[in-house]
Amino acid sequence: MYSEKVMDHFQNPRNVGEIEGASGVGTVGNAKCGDIMRIYLDIDDETRIIKDCKFKTFGCGATVATSSMATELVIGKTIEEAMKVTNKAVMEALDGLPAVKVHCSLLAEEAIHAALWDYAEKNGITIEGLEKPKSDISEHEEDEEY
Amino acid sequence: MKKVIYLDNAATTKVRPEVVEAMLPYYTEHYGNPSSVYAFSTPCKKAMAHTREIIANALGAKTEEIYFTNGGTESDNWALKAAAEAYASKGKHIITTKIEHHAILHTGEYLEKNGYDVTYLPVDEMGVVDLKALKEAIRPDTILISVMFANNEIGTIQPIKEIGEIAKEHGILFHTDAVQAFGHEPINVEELHIDMLSASAHKLHGPKGVGFLYIRKGLKLRSFIHGGAQERKRRAGTENVPGIVGLGKCVEIAVASMDETKKKETELRDYLIGRVMSEIPFTRLNGHPTQRLSNNANFAFQFIEGESLLIMLDMAGICGSSGSACTSGSLDPSHVLLAIGLPHEIAHGSLRLTLSDETTKEEIDYTVDNLKAIVERLRSMSPLYEDFVKSREKKEIQG
Repeated sequence: MYSEKVMDHFQNPRNVGEIEGASGVGTVGNAKCGDIMRIYLDIDDETRIIKDCKFKTFGCGATVATSSMATELVIGKTIEEAMKVTNKAVMEALDGLPAVKVHCSLLAEEAIHAALWDYAEKNGITIEGLEKPKSDISEHEEDEEY
Repeated sequence: MKKVIYLDNAATTKVRPEVVEAMLPYYTEHYGNPSSVYAFSTPCKKAMAHTREIIANALGAKTEEIYFTNGGTESDNWALKAAAEAYASKGKHIITTKIEHHAILHTGEYLEKNGYDVTYLPVDEMGVVDLKALKEAIRPDTILISVMFANNEIGTIQPIKEIGEIAKEHGILFHTDAVQAFGHEPINVEELHIDMLSASAHKLHGPKGVGFLYIRKGLKLRSFIHGGAQERKRRAGTENVPGIVGLGKCVEIAVASMDETKKKETELRDYLIGRVMSEIPFTRLNGHPTQRLSNNANFAFQFIEGESLLIMLDMAGICGSSGSACTSGSLDPSHVLLAIGLPHEIAHGSLRLTLSDETTKEEIDYTVDNLKAIVERLRSMSPLYEDFVKSREKKEIQG
């Protein structure tokens, strides 16, 4: 059901992890719906270039693959260029997704935007075209153990 | 093809070679239409009668109470719709449960749209139907109770005898969807007061596309499929003779080896559950610990999502299934896991593994070894796990 590229990014996801003291962190999605994506950005304040990007994702194969692809697409780009990494761009880079999985790619775009929003807020700057993330999840409070 | 470890026997099963062998002559030699008068069709008639006898014996029923269908879904549809129609003059209330298969649930919804009232009973955290709630739900206009024998996802076996007794006391028809249980668990329709029972061959190492509905003699259920006079005018359409032969053969084998199979599967299942629960932290066993199908294990792994888990298991050659939204084709995880009280995010991380009598200890060991590594890997990628670990560290520092 998935393209080879999706399977490759699912099996060998690029840039999994956290960035200590990241310039911006964005978490989107909802555990209730079965997917949460967190993107960490390391941004050079001078050049506005994204030096590094890492992710953590709870979700299906498509969500993991889109997270991985999204990190690859934004690394080395300026903030303005990263703003142009849309869900469509992520999907195209993955050679498409099954129709029922298109919403997974939206999460990647939203996660990047949420991380950029966090960076902009921390630094008191505005990024053109960037809106406050709508699906940012609240602090996760769950310590139930089984 | 690489070796496959098939642990999805609740979805469907491998057809036994003996079953295929029994079926083959009915495609190429005895291909006559059982309704025809000539002697050429006699072996077909005989073969069908033989299957009916095997099933009737297995259930403690009469042969004329067995009606062949194309499988469990058709049997469920027939039982509910025809009983609703036949007894509408008595009342229009039906009782079922929240954990039924969609063949029952969606038929119930259909009946609701057509003027019937349907009560969906809750279950406890083990998946056992609440008998007190059942008694309270009964009304003067209740015509039918339909409770599955054993759940297809979590394997919990229902207190069928008690339900049958309650139904009988109140003069209400009792149907059970026994698709997962027939041939696996001993069932006697007299002892359990069952009026209708649905079952299918392909869950029992038989062919797909054939099953039956047991209808107690005297019930006024009308035809569901209209046409010819097959199945005592109650289920039209030329019979799937090879399928029916296969059904008979797989039931015969299942019944003869039931005790042995159950013992073997239970041992392996408990070994699987024991290893998973002791070796993988933050894991929950779904369903009843003992009152469950001998071949069913169902886990919820916290912080991970089921589809990812299934794909990674598949890459290791292991077939399982999950109740996550992504695998159900909707945004909600399995209705069964929600009914036993699992929060959405934990229900998304469920895994069902269902064994057969051919499953080996080596396969279970290979599966658990892979499962451990996969769960660990997915957790290392999970923001939920990251949050959990951080909040735990924070507590430790504070504590």
